[in-house]
Amino acid sequence: MQDPHISAAFDRDLEAIQAMIMKMGGMVEAAIVEAADSLERRDMEMAGRVRLNDKAIDELEEQVNEEVARLLALRSPVASDLRTVLSVMKISGNLERVGDYAKNIAKRTAVLIDLPQVDGATSAIRRMARAVEAMLKDALDAYIQRDADLAEDVRNRDVEVDQMYNALFREFLTHMMEDPRNITSCMHLHFIAKNIERMGDHVTSVSEQVIYLVTGEAPDDERPKGDSTAYEKLEIQ
Amino acid sequence: MNDMRPVERIVDTDKPKIAARGCQVYYGENHAIKDVDVDIEDKAVTAFIGPSGCGKSTFLRCLNRMNDTIDVCRVEGDIRIDDEDIYDRKVDPVQLRAKVGMVFQKPNPFPKSIYDNVAYGPRIHGLAKDKAELDEIVERSLRRGAIWDEVKDRLTAPGTGLSGGQQQRLCIARAVATEPEVLLMDEPCSALDPIATEQVENLIDELRQNYSVVIVTHSMQQAARVSQKTAFFHLGNLVEYGETGQIFNNPKDPRTESYITGRIG
Repeated sequence: MQDPHISAAFDRDLEAIQAMIMKMGGMVEAAIVEAADSLERRDMEMAGRVRLNDKAIDELEEQVNEEVARLLALRSPVASDLRTVLSVMKISGNLERVGDYAKNIAKRTAVLIDLPQVDGATSAIRRMARAVEAMLKDALDAYIQRDADLAEDVRNRDVEVDQMYNALFREFLTHMMEDPRNITSCMHLHFIAKNIERMGDHVTSVSEQVIYLVTGEAPDDERPKGDSTAYEKLEIQ
Repeated sequence: MNDMRPVERIVDTDKPKIAARGCQVYYGENHAIKDVDVDIEDKAVTAFIGPSGCGKSTFLRCLNRMNDTIDVCRVEGDIRIDDEDIYDRKVDPVQLRAKVGMVFQKPNPFPKSIYDNVAYGPRIHGLAKDKAELDEIVERSLRRGAIWDEVKDRLTAPGTGLSGGQQQRLCIARAVATEPEVLLMDEPCSALDPIATEQVENLIDELRQNYSVVIVTHSMQQAARVSQKTAFFHLGNLVEYGETGQIFNNPKDPRTESYITGRIG
């Protein structure tokens, strides 16, 4: 750890905003898991809780923004302190978006509960959500431990989430072609899978902030990418 | 896409105005500056920062041989301005100081009129051939000092009657009156209020069109605001020297980091 500031109040303020990020991160991790679990177990109550908790995440983000503005105005941070403040601001934005995706999943769950199940879809989605949650956990650990190597590892794992999304995309497409009655469920399930894939991108962005914070330089754009669905063509026999 | 970042901070690194190599300064037994190598650029502001007693003012004073006036002080090494060794025996320190002007922490106008404060240097160096030309130099210098409009109607009033900020700008006008090439400033704003500080900082930014400006400051934010290059001194060593944005964003040396972030290092 770094030496303390001569001004103890400065240390206290910096710790406070980072504690807010960790709190937010914990809430978002729970939201990811609960959104996927409530889908698989068809648990309306749990889905409702995810939607409700998102408000608290949004409020926390507001508080982070206010606190960051105050800290910039009063303390004029430089060097690693400045990078800490900038990273807090960006990471809170990423976490807030991940929270929104979880909420969106919970909303779609409410619709899907009344529809016939699509074989194996919800457990595949849950596996994907678990993978993203594990990435987020490691990204936050890397943040608090200032561990650029762990952050780099998280960044490289996003490709796995992308591949899971590709597989689901094709699967849903096949189901919809087989039987038009599957279209409603599969559309919602597809958006859920897409939401989780986007979560992975935001978690990747969090780990990139960690690399910037530790090294002072943003990582280059070269990282494995696996989402190829943008080039996918529908082939009707 | 076009790079939309302002290019103002980018400095042309072609040829240094001042080049110091292996510079050592001793005050008697005390080794105050230890083996400093530095290239200071023309038409740019270079800031020296560091804690009290780190040697930044001492080094600044080497650049116009002000340390010659201190008996126990000994300067070694090579300091060149435009490739000319300023410690060469044929260099006249008085002529050197006309070329390398200096502004001090406390405004120190002569107990003379505003006009005579500025006219003093050009007179002793014989820069004006008649009164009309001297008038012209005084007006031009006061304009460069961004104080002409405030004093043009009372040029015969004593310089000491001005406010602190005005006195400091008068001293800057006095320093530029001899057409120097380098301007050294030793904490020029530490005795001024925030508004006067901003006026002087704005003036420094304008002065770098024509001069190589070197400023010693205790305010790191001031260094960040006015300079293109920053040098961090610690215990007589030049620890880190680089582009100001890099020093304040991502310093390479942990001692620089500790100092600028306000940590005990």
